[in-house]
Amino acid sequence: MKDLLRLENVTMQFGGVVAVNNLSMHVGEGEIVALIGPNGAGKTTAFNCITGVYEPSNGVISYDGKAIIRNHPTGRMRKIYAGQESGKYADEKILNPTPDEITKLGIARTFQNIRLFRSMTVFENVLTAMHVRAKENVFSAVLRLSWREEKSMAEDAEKLLEEQGLLSHRDDLATSLPYGLQRRLEIARALATRPHLLLLDEPAAGMNPQETQELSAFIRQIKERYDLTVLMIEHHMDLVMGISDRIYVLDFGSLIAEGTPDEVQNNQRVIDAYLGVAEDV
Amino acid sequence: MDRAKRNHLIRIFIAIAVVYLAILVLEFTLRPTNILFTVLRKGAIYSLVAVSMNLLNGFTGLFSLGQAGFMLLGAYTYAIFTMPVSVKESERVYKYYECIVGFDTGAFIGLIAAGLVAAFFAFLIGLPVLRLKSDYLAIATLGFAEILRAIFQWDVLGPLTNGANLLREYKDLTRITLPFTDIPFPPTLFVFIVVGICILLIVLLINSSYGRAFKAIRDDETAAEAMGINLFRHKELSFVISSFFAGVSGALLAAFQYTVQAQQFKSMMTYEILLIVVIGGIGSISGSCIASFLYIALSEWWLRGLDMGRFLGIDAPDLFRSGFRRLVFSVIIMIIVLFFSKGIMGDKELSFERMKGFVKGIGRKKGVSK
Ligand SMILES: Nc1ncnc2c1ncn2[C@@H]1O[C@H](COP(=O)(O)OP(=O)(O)OP(=O)(O)O)[C@@H](O)[C@H]1O
Ligand SMILES: [Mg+2]
Repeated sequence: MKDLLRLENVTMQFGGVVAVNNLSMHVGEGEIVALIGPNGAGKTTAFNCITGVYEPSNGVISYDGKAIIRNHPTGRMRKIYAGQESGKYADEKILNPTPDEITKLGIARTFQNIRLFRSMTVFENVLTAMHVRAKENVFSAVLRLSWREEKSMAEDAEKLLEEQGLLSHRDDLATSLPYGLQRRLEIARALATRPHLLLLDEPAAGMNPQETQELSAFIRQIKERYDLTVLMIEHHMDLVMGISDRIYVLDFGSLIAEGTPDEVQNNQRVIDAYLGVAEDV
Repeated sequence: MDRAKRNHLIRIFIAIAVVYLAILVLEFTLRPTNILFTVLRKGAIYSLVAVSMNLLNGFTGLFSLGQAGFMLLGAYTYAIFTMPVSVKESERVYKYYECIVGFDTGAFIGLIAAGLVAAFFAFLIGLPVLRLKSDYLAIATLGFAEILRAIFQWDVLGPLTNGANLLREYKDLTRITLPFTDIPFPPTLFVFIVVGICILLIVLLINSSYGRAFKAIRDDETAAEAMGINLFRHKELSFVISSFFAGVSGALLAAFQYTVQAQQFKSMMTYEILLIVVIGGIGSISGSCIASFLYIALSEWWLRGLDMGRFLGIDAPDLFRSGFRRLVFSVIIMIIVLFFSKGIMGDKELSFERMKGFVKGIGRKKGVSK
């Protein structure tokens, strides 16, 4: 199996806080991989590094066999860097694309705290995500010379909404939807960018058990239909164990375990990490 | 296109045609010096610049305070482009300088050039400023407008800008003719046609894929970026387009006033436009237009009596004298801003359904009180 996504020695340091520490992982084409860990472990930060929101302090991220993000500590970070492997990439070219460039490569994401476009309807939210694929320029768009393209975008958006069971809410304000549907809409919107790799940040957060179970089937279904690779952060263990091919476990920014659901479930360090959290609570 | 949408468009088209027809009729019936024409022309010009500010402010979520500066660029470009060479060579306008511009153009090219010059400067300002995350744009554009006003009065640029002196005898509204003829263009109609086309283009932009990208940036920059929208490119685009139309409105203002002087384009003017946008409703095109006409009518017409000793039939020369108008005007504006904090229109657009609802609402209230 070919690796679609690969992280090598990725460290993200904010001031003195090392949020992600020397993380190396890979996601094979067609896999569903989960990234789990206690609160504050650095999971979302890892997503933000992959999607170009943050510029990692050190390390390489490759997509489809090509390095897309690469950095090593420079400037002030060179003095305060507290991670490992600081010299490993020192001679290599720094790659630091903006999030939209990452999206154009075929990586789409959802957010832990839902980020829908709040002034827009459900339909417009999905349509907006198709802008990235449009070939029209601003003149042809204003003069409606590219109405064919706009029309096909609108049709695609409707099709997507229909598949996600959101068509009946087409013209509702996105933020007026119930929570579970807002999460679904966020996934639909991510799909509208036509990704190969889908990153889901706690897709089941705030859902009841019934909805969580539906979500599990839903993720499998879109994976098949759109030929996706999925990397997902999730706290609901039933969902994670039921759906993932492999699991990575983070604690305090570092990888403490990886493997199949069975292996991870029986790993002593993982159990300790989670129990530790439970004791604090 | 479904029928409801088509009917809607047809009704809008008819409404607009009626407005233009009414302008034409007025122009052939009223005396050209009637105050109504001043209000209509200036109101239309302010509509355009307010809408252009709204595109940036209301639809892209960027805050620029450079409107007066871009209008100045547009006004000067238009005046210099359309002033006949014979005037430029004479002593009538460029008294102390030798004008270095050796050509002249028609009004149409003058308008386009005015927009392009403003857009070009916006492009240059945007390059460094729009890459930054926070609100540096407001500071940079405000500074730009102030510096520009000084530079345009600078002696060294005299051969181009006539220094601190007036520009005149260019293609003002009385000198614009119908294409390929010597027949004068009805002036108010001319302003309305130019403004109408410009606002139509802005509306088409807002309702296109690019317009949605702008709104996405306004709603949530992080999510917009994650959907593949390049923040810098789209912000720059919105800023350049907005400034283009501010430039065109500056050119129209020049044509409307018969003279141009850099001094006039103070930051006060930008605040006036900002006020109009806020009163009309941030994110509402029709709101900006309605607010412009109301604002101009109020300040230039309806409250005039307050400065002239007689208002609403009341004679009180001691109270109603010079300056009182400004006071009352400020109070009215304050009340509007306080009680319509979302503006007249909020972020909605004017529609027939809305007007019907409004009329019905009034009827119902009356019914209850009876
Ligand atoms: N922009 C930032 N600046 C400074 N510190 C940050 C920043 N973003 C994250 N952190 C820190 O990094 C650590 C990891 O945060 P992160 O949000 O990645 O955790 P998480 O694993 O997603 O947790 P959760 O399960 O609660 O979502 C936290 O200690 C957080 O305070
Ligand atoms: Mg998180």
